[in-house]
Amino acid sequence: MKKVLSVVLTGALAASFVMSACAAETIKIGGIGPTTGPAAIYGSNVKNAMEIAVEEVNAEGGDIQFELEFEDDQHDPEVSVNAYNHLKDWGMQILGGTVTTNPCLAVGAEAVSDNMLLLTPSASSQDVIDTGDNIFQVCFTDPNQGIASADYISNQELGTKIGVIYNSSDPYSTGILSNFLAEAAEVGLDVLDPQAFTDDNSTDLTTQVQACKDGGADLIFLPIYYTPASQILKAADDMNYDVKFFGVDGMDGILSLEGFDTSLAEGVMLLTPFVATATDDATVAFVKAYADKTGGDIPNQFAADGYDVVKALYKACTEAGVTEDMSPSDICEALKEVMTSDDFSYDGLTGSDMTWDASGAVSKAPHGLIIENGEYQPMD
Amino acid sequence: MQFLSYLVRGISLGSVYALIALGYTMVYGIAKMLNFAHGDVIMVGGYMVFFTFCKNQVPPVLAVLFAMCVCTLLGITIEKIAYKPLRGAPKLAVLITAIGVSYFLQNSAMLLWKSDPKSFTSIVSFDGVTLFDGNLQISGETIVTILVSVVIMIALMLFVKKTKPGRAMQAVSEDRGAALLMGINVNGVISMTFAIGSALAAIAGALLLSSYPTLTPTTGAMPGIKAFVAAVFGGIGSLPGAFIGGILLGVIENLSKAYISTQLADAIVFLVLIIVLLVKPTGLLGKKTTVKV
Amino acid sequence: MEKKGKMKKTTKTTLTTFGFVAVFWAVIEILTVSGHLSSKLNGLLIPVCAYMIMAISLNLVVGFLGELSLGHAAFMSAGAFAGIFFYTTAGAELPVYVSVPVSFLIGGLAAGILGVIVGVPVLRLSGDYLAIVTLASGEILKNVLCALYIGKDSEGIHMSLKDQFSLGMAPDGKMLMKGAMGITGIKKFANFSVGVVLIVITLIFVLNLMNSRAGRAITAIRDDEIAARAAGLDLTRYKMIAFVSAAVFAGFAGVLYALNYSALVADKFDYNLSINVLVMVVLGGMGNILGGMIAAIILTILPELLRGFSQYRMFIYSIVLIVMMLFNQAPAFVSWRQRLMARIRPKAAGKQDGKEEQ
Repeated sequence: MKKVLSVVLTGALAASFVMSACAAETIKIGGIGPTTGPAAIYGSNVKNAMEIAVEEVNAEGGDIQFELEFEDDQHDPEVSVNAYNHLKDWGMQILGGTVTTNPCLAVGAEAVSDNMLLLTPSASSQDVIDTGDNIFQVCFTDPNQGIASADYISNQELGTKIGVIYNSSDPYSTGILSNFLAEAAEVGLDVLDPQAFTDDNSTDLTTQVQACKDGGADLIFLPIYYTPASQILKAADDMNYDVKFFGVDGMDGILSLEGFDTSLAEGVMLLTPFVATATDDATVAFVKAYADKTGGDIPNQFAADGYDVVKALYKACTEAGVTEDMSPSDICEALKEVMTSDDFSYDGLTGSDMTWDASGAVSKAPHGLIIENGEYQPMD
Repeated sequence: MQFLSYLVRGISLGSVYALIALGYTMVYGIAKMLNFAHGDVIMVGGYMVFFTFCKNQVPPVLAVLFAMCVCTLLGITIEKIAYKPLRGAPKLAVLITAIGVSYFLQNSAMLLWKSDPKSFTSIVSFDGVTLFDGNLQISGETIVTILVSVVIMIALMLFVKKTKPGRAMQAVSEDRGAALLMGINVNGVISMTFAIGSALAAIAGALLLSSYPTLTPTTGAMPGIKAFVAAVFGGIGSLPGAFIGGILLGVIENLSKAYISTQLADAIVFLVLIIVLLVKPTGLLGKKTTVKV
Repeated sequence: MEKKGKMKKTTKTTLTTFGFVAVFWAVIEILTVSGHLSSKLNGLLIPVCAYMIMAISLNLVVGFLGELSLGHAAFMSAGAFAGIFFYTTAGAELPVYVSVPVSFLIGGLAAGILGVIVGVPVLRLSGDYLAIVTLASGEILKNVLCALYIGKDSEGIHMSLKDQFSLGMAPDGKMLMKGAMGITGIKKFANFSVGVVLIVITLIFVLNLMNSRAGRAITAIRDDEIAARAAGLDLTRYKMIAFVSAAVFAGFAGVLYALNYSALVADKFDYNLSINVLVMVVLGGMGNILGGMIAAIILTILPELLRGFSQYRMFIYSIVLIVMMLFNQAPAFVSWRQRLMARIRPKAAGKQDGKEEQ
């Protein structure tokens, strides 16, 4: 027994020597998002996924190793800036965050003045990338989603009268809405007066559904997250309102909502870059890793975006030859050049062949999906 | 007809507010404190019913009873640890501690049950009624919630007026010092009040989530605040006031969503509250108190 | 100047309060100059200053006037939005030494006006009814600001309470305020010295007010409203003085706070923020300005110090909050503390007693 132990120990010692001989570069990645408070679900998903991705990167044993620290911001710009400063003290070299839009705007300005590369998984507002040329997104911008949705509905002639229910206290939702309305006017969709709710007033959404019903809508556009969407689906079902629903990427997660009767989601259409039930190898492996890590949870699109943040950064860092002694600003310049170059593209969970332009917006194709028999099916 | 169906939706929301407000107002009436953690006890009750009934198919009545037991224990524990030591301290100190308890419950729930939302299955199996050729629906949840609120309100009023412990509660509410001199166990009465309030919170949680099924660690916060508003609206400390205040609040909220603005519904509700309080400074059914010198 | 120990109590309070601010300023300056100030602490300085001003001003209402306000954040919000709206529009063309002071004035003015609007009806109520109306006012303001869209194009200013699209802006238009997203692209200005100057101004005003005829009238109202009325005091006037001045300073705090970030959102100023400021006041001891300032520092920095606990951070914060309240306010603890003090320093304990009763 002793012998075995000593052999193992010697082996480990030798291995560690070999490892250090490789002189892998350890880059410090920061992450910021809400892991407490009402928006905690989004931050926790990104945090878990980023941790999984970092473990994978480090297990590959390439020249670049990542060290991740993820900080809570409670979905509050003030706390988010505090978290950013905390990470700076820790020695962060690249920021993979923040998760939500308003905090990202505040942190973005700090990142611009430090020239720190910021790749946000999910802060989707156009204003986020407009803050500076060192800010990049993995998610679609809101205008992109709003316009794509209006075009899709119009091209496929999905509805004649369109109702809209949105969250007026959420920049994500209002951003998609205003672009949707503009594009809908352009392509001649008949859109009813949009119905709003706020975070404080999301307990009862039946009145909004009733208003759509009374207005005669045969399709309701839902630029919102899946939690309120699940309530809307139930309300429509309760009032025997037969209507089609069209969602955006925030709708993903509705099938894995614990306790939700998925039969209510039959026929719901959505444009999204990621679904957890996809059968490609990368998604299956990720969903499994996520479940193993969290004790059976199913990742939503935030998690997939978070995973892609780390993996895209890894690819960019490798190509740019980033080393651990580089300053955040030098890393930022190097990564900016690589990421916006014509021959850089990244295949991830949320899209294949993702490329970035100088504005920081990602280019990837959303999939039109429809829920049939409790599963996502491609929509044609 | 459209107006009627909006009105019914308002009453349906209002009945939930009313049920929560009953617990609020009772604790306020006796203990003279705003228990900001009440909404979070509702959330705990909701999780209890979720784990027993929704996940493990325990019969709904048993599930609610179980949740009531858990919440009662929780309420008594909170009172013993966090509020009782502050008896005699400034009123504000208790208020702040209640807020601390509210944070504590929310964060514990997040650590224990994670932050991902759960979708609640209604504990009410009866379908409700449809009137006017299907143009007007009243859901089973709404009917049950209203009935339960009325029953609880009447039961509480009878309890307070007719039973010995109830009269002790009244005495404590009127004048704590004098009640103590009369040999009433003031601490016991206050503990009992919290126990009853928390048990009611469990019922409120189950019915709130049956109508509006999203359950997260912060589910109780906003309905809690709204119910607090409803209790003040009706005259805080008054049981029928809480009921009427709750119903009115729900109706105003939903009618302003339907006819004025969906975005500004909350602003309108609060504005109406301010106006009511200006006309009747102690709420709709609140007692007028004259301060003696 | 009188000898130490015989000094008037008010003079002594004033001196210790200003002394504390001076020490606070000196410590931070020394840390900055010697390069020991971490980014985290540096980033916290302005919010800390803003919350200190919030705590001082709320103390006017809660500590001195004795009314419970749950909507102090509304005044901060009004100040922040009015000041920053000017700062990012008309002020953008002016040099900062003009635009910043004017922003402060506008912010203070806006908050003061809101103070009058809210104060007139509110101060007719009392106790928990007053509390709920202040809470309601705060939520109304937040709700309206969250739905407010303002844009400017070649045809002039457009405004809407619905959404950006219904502004009907020309393509050359620029959004000035975007509902839930608030005002973005603010050129950060605030620095620590401005914060300290603002604290000092607030303190000078508040302490002078407290030691004036009006201040004595205000405390008289708190201690016995009926007696104060019987003595012929104009209750509404003095209540308004306290309430509106508190609002004005909260407005200043709002501008200072907003100048420290590039984005300003109305959501931040909800009842939770009002409650947090209230916690500072209560924890510091109602009516105790210095205590309130110290509590503001502790409560702002504490969640940041707890970052090491990762997801347990806010959980621990809530426990610390409850324990601090019990320790500070529970009668059993208070008398235990006094007994302990009496054993260690008999004289100091005597003074402590006096302070508690103040």
